[in-house]
Amino acid sequence: MTLYYTIKDSLENLRTNKIRTFLTLLGMVIGISSVIIIMSVGAGAQSLILNQIKGVGSNLIAVFPGASDENGPPAAVMGITVTTLKYEDSLALMEKSNVTHIIDAAAYVRGTATISWQNRNTDTSFNGTTYNYNSVEDAEVELGRFFSFDEEKSLARVVVLGSQVADDLFLGADPLGENVKIKKEMFKVIGVMKKRGVVSFQNQDDQVFIPLTTAQKILLGINHVSFIRAKIDDEKNIEQTKEEIALTLRERHNISDPSQDDFSVRSANQAMDVLKTVTSALSYFLAAIAALSLIVGGVGIMNIMLVAVNERIKEIGLRKAIGARPKNIMMQFLTETVVISLSGGIAGVIVGALVSFAIAFTAKILNYDWDLIISVFSLILATGFSVLVGLVFGIYPSFRAAKMDPIEALRYE
Amino acid sequence: MELIKVVDLKKQYGEAIVTPVLFGLNFKINAGEFVAIMGPSGSGKSTLMHILGFLDTATSGKYLFAGENVSEFDDDKLARNRNQKVGFVFQAFNLLPRTTVFENVKLPLVYSDIAGEKEKKEKTDTAIKSVNLEHRSDYRTSQLSGGEKQRVAIARALVNDPAVIFADEPTGNLDSKSGSQIMEILEKLNNNGKTIILVTHEHDTARHAKRIIHLKDGRIISDEMVADRKKASDGLFK
Repeated sequence: MTLYYTIKDSLENLRTNKIRTFLTLLGMVIGISSVIIIMSVGAGAQSLILNQIKGVGSNLIAVFPGASDENGPPAAVMGITVTTLKYEDSLALMEKSNVTHIIDAAAYVRGTATISWQNRNTDTSFNGTTYNYNSVEDAEVELGRFFSFDEEKSLARVVVLGSQVADDLFLGADPLGENVKIKKEMFKVIGVMKKRGVVSFQNQDDQVFIPLTTAQKILLGINHVSFIRAKIDDEKNIEQTKEEIALTLRERHNISDPSQDDFSVRSANQAMDVLKTVTSALSYFLAAIAALSLIVGGVGIMNIMLVAVNERIKEIGLRKAIGARPKNIMMQFLTETVVISLSGGIAGVIVGALVSFAIAFTAKILNYDWDLIISVFSLILATGFSVLVGLVFGIYPSFRAAKMDPIEALRYE
Repeated sequence: MELIKVVDLKKQYGEAIVTPVLFGLNFKINAGEFVAIMGPSGSGKSTLMHILGFLDTATSGKYLFAGENVSEFDDDKLARNRNQKVGFVFQAFNLLPRTTVFENVKLPLVYSDIAGEKEKKEKTDTAIKSVNLEHRSDYRTSQLSGGEKQRVAIARALVNDPAVIFADEPTGNLDSKSGSQIMEILEKLNNNGKTIILVTHEHDTARHAKRIIHLKDGRIISDEMVADRKKASDGLFK
């Protein structure tokens, strides 16, 4: 008996019970498409997150105040204020004799404030930073200029606006030379930044930049920095540079034992690795839950196959009477089950791919940097799983059909 | 040529409570015979046909088919014999619904060793032709009359060119006209040399055979040649 004949026979039988076949398929379709969708959305979200981090720059190293476990978040992230990092630390890092591959290092303090011009105001965050911010962050000024090293040193009250802040406050008027008020202090607008969009989940256009010392002394009344970002020549020198930065800071802070570090050195790669692990684990976990619904689908198939066997007792008897062996009957019903589960699987893959596409399309419309990712692995997994479900849940009904006594089966009414 | 030989054949059902059905039967059937096994319901005639047709096995005694001891056959060999050595025609036709005449007749070939699709088609067409149903070949069996359905069943029984045709009450579900057509076909097959074993409880139907083995309560009460043999052309139930 040929496989071709068995498959043709199965399709014929499935076609005669259209509604029943459809409902049985539905369980598989839902299960398989869920797996595909979850894996695709998981991969899409992962790439979105990683792209955001990559936007910061993979050749950037950040130094945070306070010690931290290598794999845990730095203390500053937890909202604890640590004052051990100073502006002078960033200057020391810029010495080639200290850090071989350094290009530039910028220091930052951050705060939020209401900024106002004439009768308009807007809430935004301000960055006290160093004059070399643009060099470190690959940012650019659209109008006017960024503040200079001298202005940074001299507590100058100048401000560079993010493009959105400029739009919100000046509504198209020329902001250059105007005075704006931040925390009751007047600042002269000397430049507007070029639009950058969202990087690292932060709207880069909704912030303003003022000289570091001005922010420290006039707005915040502190003399430490929140963090330092160092840009190096090449991504491949990250590990070496991290080590050199640590050595430089230890020397400056008089630390001999690395376990007593009062700072943490981090690279974007590190964060990416952690996030990659977390998001992958999450999407596999969700896919596994979706796969559970396949077992429900499988039980549905088994149920319907038992009904099919009972309906066709006479047919089984006849087939045996004209020479079918138990294995032929077994094959016939097993093939039928696999045909159901596999077609359900294929339909599920198609539905899953379409829904994933729709999600990616919507995300793109909403301006997210979303990639449509449907991995070959998830397709193979889904199809393989649907065949497996058919085999596992088809064995019992097929076995029942195969061992049926032909005489009783023929007599069955 | 001796085709079937049964020696002290016994059959009983059950283990804890034993129900004997056949009590030591002895007979021979030669190739080319037309034998009716007759008896009331419960006489054991169906059980005997099942054993002779390789669907069931005897509890004790010997059953030789073409010289081979059937009690030594395993399940696979029994299935192969059912496929190639015998053909069944049932009272209830037992055709696959929603399937064409051609597919139904071809069904035994699906389980045979014949590989070539062309050879299968030739054999199927020949079998359909022998019951004069060429014009119905592509019809679904549900579109056929009872008599036509039974002719399809006969074609299916013939398709592998078996040594014996077992017909179990083949006219039981038919009107007299269709019934006599069926008997005519069986007579014709027998005239062409095919061995026919007819199982029936109707004396009139049994009289179409050349020989009647009469069973009652699991024993042969008579085994004799038919003196006033009926021809199908005379009509079945006059």
